[in-house]
Amino acid sequence: MIKTIDAKGVYYRQLNDMVQQAVNEGAAKIVLKNVNGQRYIATRVSRPVDIEIKGVPGNDLGAYMNGSTVIVRDNGQDAIGNTMNAGKIVVHGHAGDVLGYAMRGGKLFIKGDVGYRVGIHMKEYEEQVPVLIIGGTAGSFLGEYMAGGVLIILGLDRKPGEPIAGDYLGTGMHGGVIFVRGEVDKTRLGKEVSVFELNEADNEKLDQHLREYCNDLGIDYDEVRKEKFVKLVPVSHRPYGNLYAHT
Amino acid sequence: MTLDLSTPEFLIERNRDRCIDCKVCVNQCANEAHTYDEEEGKVVSDDTKCVNCHRCVALCPTKALSVRKYPLEFRSHGTWNAHYINSIYKQAATGGILLTGMGTDKNYPIYWDHLLLNASQVTNPSIDPLREPMELKTFLGRKPDAVKIENGRLAEKLPPQLELEVPIMFSAMSFGSISLNAHKSLARAAQEMGTFWNTGEGGLHRDLFPYGKNTIVQVASGRFGVHTDYLNSGAAIEIKIGQGAKPGIGGHLPGEKVGREVSLTRMIPQGSDAISPAPHHDIYSIEDLRQLIYSLKEASNYEKPISVKIAAVHNVAAIASGIARAGADIIAIDGFRGGTGATPLRTRDTVGIPIELALAAVDSRLREEGIRNQVSLVIGGSVRNSADIVKAIAIGADAVYIGTSALIALGCHMCQRCYTGKCNWGIATQNPNLVKRLNPDIGAQRAANLVKAWSHEIKELLGGMGINALESLRGNRLMLRGVGISEKELEILGVMHAGE
Repeated sequence: MIKTIDAKGVYYRQLNDMVQQAVNEGAAKIVLKNVNGQRYIATRVSRPVDIEIKGVPGNDLGAYMNGSTVIVRDNGQDAIGNTMNAGKIVVHGHAGDVLGYAMRGGKLFIKGDVGYRVGIHMKEYEEQVPVLIIGGTAGSFLGEYMAGGVLIILGLDRKPGEPIAGDYLGTGMHGGVIFVRGEVDKTRLGKEVSVFELNEADNEKLDQHLREYCNDLGIDYDEVRKEKFVKLVPVSHRPYGNLYAHT
Repeated sequence: MTLDLSTPEFLIERNRDRCIDCKVCVNQCANEAHTYDEEEGKVVSDDTKCVNCHRCVALCPTKALSVRKYPLEFRSHGTWNAHYINSIYKQAATGGILLTGMGTDKNYPIYWDHLLLNASQVTNPSIDPLREPMELKTFLGRKPDAVKIENGRLAEKLPPQLELEVPIMFSAMSFGSISLNAHKSLARAAQEMGTFWNTGEGGLHRDLFPYGKNTIVQVASGRFGVHTDYLNSGAAIEIKIGQGAKPGIGGHLPGEKVGREVSLTRMIPQGSDAISPAPHHDIYSIEDLRQLIYSLKEASNYEKPISVKIAAVHNVAAIASGIARAGADIIAIDGFRGGTGATPLRTRDTVGIPIELALAAVDSRLREEGIRNQVSLVIGGSVRNSADIVKAIAIGADAVYIGTSALIALGCHMCQRCYTGKCNWGIATQNPNLVKRLNPDIGAQRAANLVKAWSHEIKELLGGMGINALESLRGNRLMLRGVGISEKELEILGVMHAGE
């Protein structure tokens, strides 16, 4: 059952009430149209559901999300997939700051550019390995404190000379991996990461994620793969292990 | 060879007339201060390894052991005492940040000890709590500006409230910093006493989900173990911004303490460091805090009060006002004497302000702004006894958090070595052989006994003042008088000097 809800002029709490009601009524898919900045969409739903959003959803889209699938046909705002546990969010435009903060599982695909502090403290746990893919460029502090998961940045459609990511890329990173398409400006890296060539296993993992990403967003996979990728991994899993003296 | 300039802090004295070389002390000491010398055929001790936790002293069957301060003194100096000299030796040897545990051991003023309570004499009768009803029930949460009553019932639903039988809750201490048996003890005690315990930021172990009705689940910057089931398992959700023992810095659970159970509960790989960033990186402003508060309300269907815990810092009153306006239902304030499992020593001993002054400033500010009803205030950070609680409530607190007191009830001896993971009392450790020393049945009983005893004492003190409901004491600073403190301190506390 597909349920369509017109979000025009509806306050976020009421909109999320309406979404939950549709879920209670057994909707398998919910289409939200005329969305304009309403927060916390897909946060409250009591069971995994498919949500398609037409318009720009507000901050904290899919916060704590646990298995739903959300497709955004426009741009997104800040804090998408905050502390997300499982599920998938696909944004067919640009998105803002603090995306995927502390996400532990699921997938977050952004077609365009993203802002600052994206992928901070992503972590992984048993079979849960979060994947965050950015089609365009990112601001500073991408992957800060990263403790697990996979972060991929493609830098597609860049202006000449435009950096793929801002400063402090991977600073404080102690787990997981960041794949960067093209070269990395080492002066922009956090001191806790190093750049490596991809091995076979890396390429396999990257292929799998990129095929799904390109398929979801209608991007030419071969075009994306034409350029070389490098990976960033932490120098140490215990970056602060020797910081303390016991009294 | 590196020259080791450290000297023992404690002297282990073994009365050889009493010692039967039974090796109990050897088996009990995780610091390996006692060993059995096979050649000599007797138990010997190494003073340098002793942390003065009293475990061996308490368990020695012949009472042959005692521990005291090592009788070694530097030449007396007003500026350079042993602490500063030894700290430099340690840092010169290691290049490390000095790490410590528990709350500050420095002699800062304790305002509880400069406040005295009132009692009724002649002009109004005191009340005997043994024979007359005495109400300690406390509701924590946002109170509406007015209530509408129709046909003797509330016409509008109240915002979610926590219902406490006693104004005492157990503070946030994570599984990881303390043991599962310590968590079990506190959870059971909270259930028995009709109050709440707090998970800290290490998630909720699956065995403890049944105690959800008495659990406050915490969300901190590392978001460890935070998922929808966790958020909905507790009675309230607390956003941890800061902690009195280490305001402004994050946390760091070393990989050695992340065994299987901690890993399952925090939802991180075994053996990995659990690093909590200093700030929440999705909160850089009051507006961002509002966003997080409401994201948690959304995730819990607006059914649970949201608490925000901060450390008492210089500008605490304005910060608390912002938190109230951001939509928090409860503000928890942790004073700078508050405890911790691990903190940089210099932060612990020098950052923050005393809880008494912070509480008075916050309560006054929220009243001045007419928003005191919008939040409940919970304070912690060195609540040592029932009188401290009565004084806190008279200043304006709704309830208190106790951490150190609760751990002392479980057997903590305040050796301040929680960060080593070698707690001989089974509290601040993940070593299974040490954890089992804390029996959760006994622990729960002892923690519940403490709360029970303090409740009786609170009732006695209230009765003496002629008050039969805690609610009538709340913010009633006329019941307090100051002794031996300055005009300025009295002004901030909002109390008159004794004799006035």
